[in-house]
Amino acid sequence: MSETVPISITVNGTSREAEVDARLLLVHFLREDLGLTGTHIGCDTSQCGACTVLIDGRSAKSCTVFAVQAEGSEITTIEGIGDDEALHPVQEGFWAEHGLQCGFCTPGMILAAVNFLERNPTPSEAQIRRALDGNLCRCTGYQHIVNAIQYAAKRMAE
Amino acid sequence: MTIAPDQEQPLVGQRVQRREDGALIHGRGTFIDDVKLPGMLHLAFKRSDVAHGRIVRIDSSVAESMPGVELVVTGAELKEPLPPVPILTPFPAPAHHAVTPDKARYVGDPVAAVVATDRYLARDALAAIVVEIDELPAVIDPVEAMTGAPALVHEEFENNVALRIVSGTGVDTETGVVDDSALRAAFEQAEVVISQRMRNPRLAPTAIETRGVVAHYEAGREYLTVWATTQRPHTHRHYIAPAVGLGEHQVRVIAPDMGGGFGAKKIYGEDFVAAILSKRLGRPIKWIEDRSEAFMATTHGRDMIGEIEIAAKRDGTVLGIKARLIADIGAYEMLLTAFIPTLTHGLLSGAYAIPMIRSELIEVFTNKTPTDAYRGAGMPEAIFFVERAMELLARELEMDSADVRRRNFIPPDQFPYATQGGSVYDSGEYERLLDKTLALAGWERLQAEREAARAQGRLVGLGLSFYIELCGIGPSTMFPSGGWEHASVTVERSGTITATTGASAHGQGHETSFAQILADQFGIPMEDISIVHGDTAKVKQGVGTVGSRSLAVGGTALRLAGDKVKAKMATFAAHLLEAREADITFAKGMISVAGVPESAMPFADVAAYAYVPTTLPRDTEPGLSAEAFWEPEGLTFPYGCYIVQAEVDRETGEVELQKLVGVDDCGTVVNPLIVDGQIHGGLAQGIGPALSEEVIYGRDGQLLTGSLMDYAIPRASDLPRFELDYTVTPTPLNPLGAKGIGEAGTIGATPAVVNAVVDALAEFGVRHLDPVLRPEKLWRIIQGETS
Repeated sequence: MSETVPISITVNGTSREAEVDARLLLVHFLREDLGLTGTHIGCDTSQCGACTVLIDGRSAKSCTVFAVQAEGSEITTIEGIGDDEALHPVQEGFWAEHGLQCGFCTPGMILAAVNFLERNPTPSEAQIRRALDGNLCRCTGYQHIVNAIQYAAKRMAE
Repeated sequence: MTIAPDQEQPLVGQRVQRREDGALIHGRGTFIDDVKLPGMLHLAFKRSDVAHGRIVRIDSSVAESMPGVELVVTGAELKEPLPPVPILTPFPAPAHHAVTPDKARYVGDPVAAVVATDRYLARDALAAIVVEIDELPAVIDPVEAMTGAPALVHEEFENNVALRIVSGTGVDTETGVVDDSALRAAFEQAEVVISQRMRNPRLAPTAIETRGVVAHYEAGREYLTVWATTQRPHTHRHYIAPAVGLGEHQVRVIAPDMGGGFGAKKIYGEDFVAAILSKRLGRPIKWIEDRSEAFMATTHGRDMIGEIEIAAKRDGTVLGIKARLIADIGAYEMLLTAFIPTLTHGLLSGAYAIPMIRSELIEVFTNKTPTDAYRGAGMPEAIFFVERAMELLARELEMDSADVRRRNFIPPDQFPYATQGGSVYDSGEYERLLDKTLALAGWERLQAEREAARAQGRLVGLGLSFYIELCGIGPSTMFPSGGWEHASVTVERSGTITATTGASAHGQGHETSFAQILADQFGIPMEDISIVHGDTAKVKQGVGTVGSRSLAVGGTALRLAGDKVKAKMATFAAHLLEAREADITFAKGMISVAGVPESAMPFADVAAYAYVPTTLPRDTEPGLSAEAFWEPEGLTFPYGCYIVQAEVDRETGEVELQKLVGVDDCGTVVNPLIVDGQIHGGLAQGIGPALSEEVIYGRDGQLLTGSLMDYAIPRASDLPRFELDYTVTPTPLNPLGAKGIGEAGTIGATPAVVNAVVDALAEFGVRHLDPVLRPEKLWRIIQGETS
């Protein structure tokens, strides 16, 4: 019924080619077609940030981007951040500072934080809180998330 | 990174990092939408877009012919095979069908369901279903609804009243006869009587993960496996099995990783529909709620009006509280809908020795989403009323906020204390905690700063609240959902431990804190212990994770199951070490004879012996596994105090929370890191309703707050850094001494913030404000409009 379009996207360093519905959302392409289920969907309307990924290094909400719009871009999902042997400092911070409870918003939070710390490696607490305005968490009250990002900033400065 | 607690010290009490996080920080959790099965179909619901009306016609012919559509069913077609949606309360309730067959009663009431090969195609089909509804007047205002106007939500409930209960002083619980004389005399003789109508807003729980279900019926095996977002997997199984004509033994319910619950994740009609359609079509079926649907179809919370009267002496001593409580419960009853507002009465004494308490509770049907448990569940309502009333009293008597509370505290030597609200408080040292909070906040310094700020024309206010939480649910006599919890502990033959708990965690960290308990109990590293939950095929029984009960009830069941296994292990060890059982000790991976250090065996060797015994001690069976049910004798009552400093912007009416200082007492703390997290999250969910969160309906019953654009949960920049401390007053009601902490912050934060904002606006003659304190409301007051 709907038109299909060929796309070529690099996801976590691997080139992916696919024929997708023009209306397919990027988040569904990542989750359903590629099986990268670490990217979550919380609101469908780009307020909650659970679906945050990096598109060409900038954090973006993959629930409001069509897969075809990501044509030619490089995407990083949570699966492309750190690994078991070497956690990313932001992941380490979330673990050390109890920055997550249910863990549903966490991948989006981590990607938003990774991108934020690249732009501002020595943020104040107020700047961290402001930077998280596009990522909602209902469990933590954010304080431990702020601590996690402060932890990461310190580690990355070492 | 490794989790490295200090193994030389008891693990209970240590800030042990969570073992749950290792997977979640990589996005490797398995949440409901991550469950994918071969041949899986997608379910979607057509929902009423009017609040109230009779279904005249549903035309699904176009939808049925669309590509990928396997099935369209209406409520009329599902009415017969499916039972009503389960209700656990003992009160009369209207039938509530998973998909309404005849009448729509709220915006979002399901009227038809579609099954398609793909979620996009299912949505396309929904758009093609034509629903003709003959609209009826929408019942929106609960007070008007109580007169039967403008319509009846359920014809069989006169005046839309679901339930009316009078409780407290002078009410004979057996006969219901009410004797008013003592209460009337107390109010007549009082030196001060303050009356205030107050309102708790309607709230949406808003877990960041919405609800969902995957049902997989295997014909031939006659077995149904259901993955569901539920805080109560065993309750889920109990109700879903008969709904699809199966026994509980033919159903397995798995609660996978769950993105928050907050009381709202339980069994719903959508679970029934997914299960029966999987059985009918012989294919796995998935339903995932979207966010707009969640605002309509996941139960709401709060929405209670309280007409409160408080009588006191001029020295601040409270003589009595009268309350008329009107709960707007929405269109239907769900699992515990009618029960939740009854909890409000149980906390109307707050932390105070109040000699007389009387409440009248009226629960009213309206054309809104049904309410049910939401973090706090009846308690935030009570504490909001009481703590606002105490503040009104302090203002009237020109007393310090702390002093008026101090005058009325239940003294430590009065516990267990039976309140006139019908609760028996277990333990508490309220004044000690208040003093600690005042010292931590620097109460007098804050007051001086407030005066200095006011002298500069700034609108700065201080708010204090002292909360009580009712938790550790059961006993079963008091709770229709069951008050016990179940656990099992198995020492494996290699000397590690697998334990199960019926408390199904979804972010609370049971896998960590419960392992800490067992590690101390058995003297082995927590790395050698795994905690299994959330699967009825692995966990024999359970009630679930609700009402801050997991540690106090589930943790105790675990400890008791552990005691049984440990006793048996001691029997084996005594046999092997030729010692008395009473002398056997467990520590540092060894089992030893007390006072004889050379007489010892590795823990693992005794475990191995238990499964391949050379000689069995008399009257013993091989193996090391035991289970326990724990039914508490009574409830636990954690408490705490929060102090908020807030400033209102004179130009915009915006509230800035500048400081939140708190001290909580939840009894024994197993993992302070996790407890801190619970308090932080609770505080955010208590601040939200004070400042920004509210479900709003239009006069026509349309939901006006249907997305996260309109329903404003707190963001990181809305919140201050919380400054917290503890006191520890263990409960005598369980061997752990733990009370519960899940709802504390939510209960205490709302009145603390509102008290601070009311104080900030004192110069405008503001006496009381109901949440939600959005900028426009405050700006109008600053502009001189009366509140």
